[in-house]
Amino acid sequence: MRSTLKITLAAAALAATLGTAQAADKLKVGFVYVGPIGDHGWTYQHNQGRLAIEKALGDKVSTSYLEKVPEGADAERALERLARSGHKLIFATSFGYMDSVIKVAKKYPDVKFEHATGYKRAKNVATYSSRFYEGRYIIGKIAGKVSKKGMAGYIASFPIPEVVRGINSFMLGAQSVNPDFKIKIVWVNSWYDPGKEADAAKVLIAQGADIITQHTDSAAPMQVAEEKGIHAFGQASDMIKFGPHAQLTAIIDNWAPYYISRAKAVLDGTWKSEDTWGGLAAGMVVMAPYTNMPEDVKKMAEETEEAIRSGKLHPFTGPIYDQDGKLRVKKGEVMADADLLGMNWYVKGITDKLPQ
Amino acid sequence: MNGLEAFLLTVIAASTPLLLAAVGELVVERSGVLNLGVEGMMAIGAVVAFAVALGTGSPLLGAVAGALAGAAVALPFVFLTQVLAANQVASGLALALFGLGLSGLIGESFVGQPGVRLARLHIPGLSDLPFIGPVLFGHDVLVYFSFLMTAAVAWLLFHTRWGLILRAVGTNHHAAHALGHPVRRVRTLAILFGGLMAGLAGAYLSVSYTPQWVEDMTAGRGWIALALVVFATWRPWRVLAGAYLFGAVWILGLYAQAAGYGLPPQFLTALPYLATIVALVLISRNRTLTLMNTPAMIGQPFMPER
Repeated sequence: MRSTLKITLAAAALAATLGTAQAADKLKVGFVYVGPIGDHGWTYQHNQGRLAIEKALGDKVSTSYLEKVPEGADAERALERLARSGHKLIFATSFGYMDSVIKVAKKYPDVKFEHATGYKRAKNVATYSSRFYEGRYIIGKIAGKVSKKGMAGYIASFPIPEVVRGINSFMLGAQSVNPDFKIKIVWVNSWYDPGKEADAAKVLIAQGADIITQHTDSAAPMQVAEEKGIHAFGQASDMIKFGPHAQLTAIIDNWAPYYISRAKAVLDGTWKSEDTWGGLAAGMVVMAPYTNMPEDVKKMAEETEEAIRSGKLHPFTGPIYDQDGKLRVKKGEVMADADLLGMNWYVKGITDKLPQ
Repeated sequence: MNGLEAFLLTVIAASTPLLLAAVGELVVERSGVLNLGVEGMMAIGAVVAFAVALGTGSPLLGAVAGALAGAAVALPFVFLTQVLAANQVASGLALALFGLGLSGLIGESFVGQPGVRLARLHIPGLSDLPFIGPVLFGHDVLVYFSFLMTAAVAWLLFHTRWGLILRAVGTNHHAAHALGHPVRRVRTLAILFGGLMAGLAGAYLSVSYTPQWVEDMTAGRGWIALALVVFATWRPWRVLAGAYLFGAVWILGLYAQAAGYGLPPQFLTALPYLATIVALVLISRNRTLTLMNTPAMIGQPFMPER
């Protein structure tokens, strides 16, 4: 359904380069995107990573991409097309591509596949993701300090572990400076719909939130916050242009270091199938400059960021209780990655029910 | 700002693009043409309005340009369906895909740039009244224009000779042709009007609702507008009711979530569609009246015999 002119053009360009590129000894790197590269969010940032490979490795590589590829049978076709046309390293950048990647990877054992946010691996399939929750803990702490009403509005996409983990991390951060901090959550059932996201922001503000944070991709909530004179946090990209007075900071997806290192690994012959879950320390999560906040809050944010980066602080350090009062992480213990990856409960202090 | 006022303002913003696009499509379908390309024309309207607003600093000029671009991108559809008498469903779908793709290409350099917001009306005295001021006299011009166009289309369709001809063309193009009415010219004008309104609906997204450009920012609103026209049985005031009902139920769903009633968000997301369909089916349950309002020639190509 979503196949568009641009896909066709990209495919045509792909077909056109086929014959010529074989001669040169370049590594061909392919990307499959779920959204348009113009979403200024998830896919946009992956595409920035692709451009970073080209910039870093110059004429040793050539890259191509297919965008707006729906999850399912279309994804399989897109992956096959890239594999058949001589791409030796292929990044599939959406969770829903998981089974397609595994299937296609079996057919092309000499092609290396990289699947974002998934958990199924094979000899030639690696997985990778970012610890965005580290950033969410920092913005939670900032919200706890900056919010006058002690209430944040959270615009969420889908109730999957990645999003739930973000909400919990934000809340734990906020509670660490304001134990009574409150949060209102609105699910818009979309990763990306500027209009809906703006509506959600307006509704949350009308219901008393004076700080907005989001796990959706567009800058629309930031614009609403700017207009209403309150604060908000950017998501995926630095959104300071959309909220010069509103943005406190933004959690930026930075895939560039990972993508460059993986392309290099293929060039050097050192590529291995592995699972990478990098955060602030790996440079995969980057905080935008801390703005529009008092000096002491800025200092606290920077110290928190440094503590997480150095490994001194883990956002999910016990004791952590869930909203029913059950102890989930014992005092002094750190939550295991497997538990983090499957998180499907809210921490204490969130009164909403988690949609199933 | 009190609660009801905030609610109404949010609903009006969410409903306006649906109303603008649906009123345009209503005229198209009343002339007997089904143009499924609303989504594509909206996307083009949005990107062109954004670009012109950014370039000239005038969002109003942007909106005008967006409307014109919507009509311009409908021209191939006119050529296919009116000159070549091609299948309207296929041509319309092609227009939807083409518009979305082309808008992405045009807009590539605008991603990540904040746009210029259309100014809200300010009538000294009136706009400053509590509650009534912001709710009635504090919108941008496109909101008023959407109401104005609903009224204008209702009046033109049912109270003027021009409307009678348009409806005749949509009801029986052979008879209309035999009476000497220029079927294809009427339809061409109707399609272009639909393009203008869809373009304007897109412009509303990128210069008022959320002043920015991102690909696919129409997010299915063109399809919702199409459905509204059918469920409103091709009647302008019902289209208005449908658009506002849809907007109101959607925003109420968000309120219910934020208030933490524990209703499943998936259900609340589906609710506006359900509520609008049920309501419009109920008010249109008189079969005879519905049949009377259905453009009988919808989707059928017309070639005058020579």
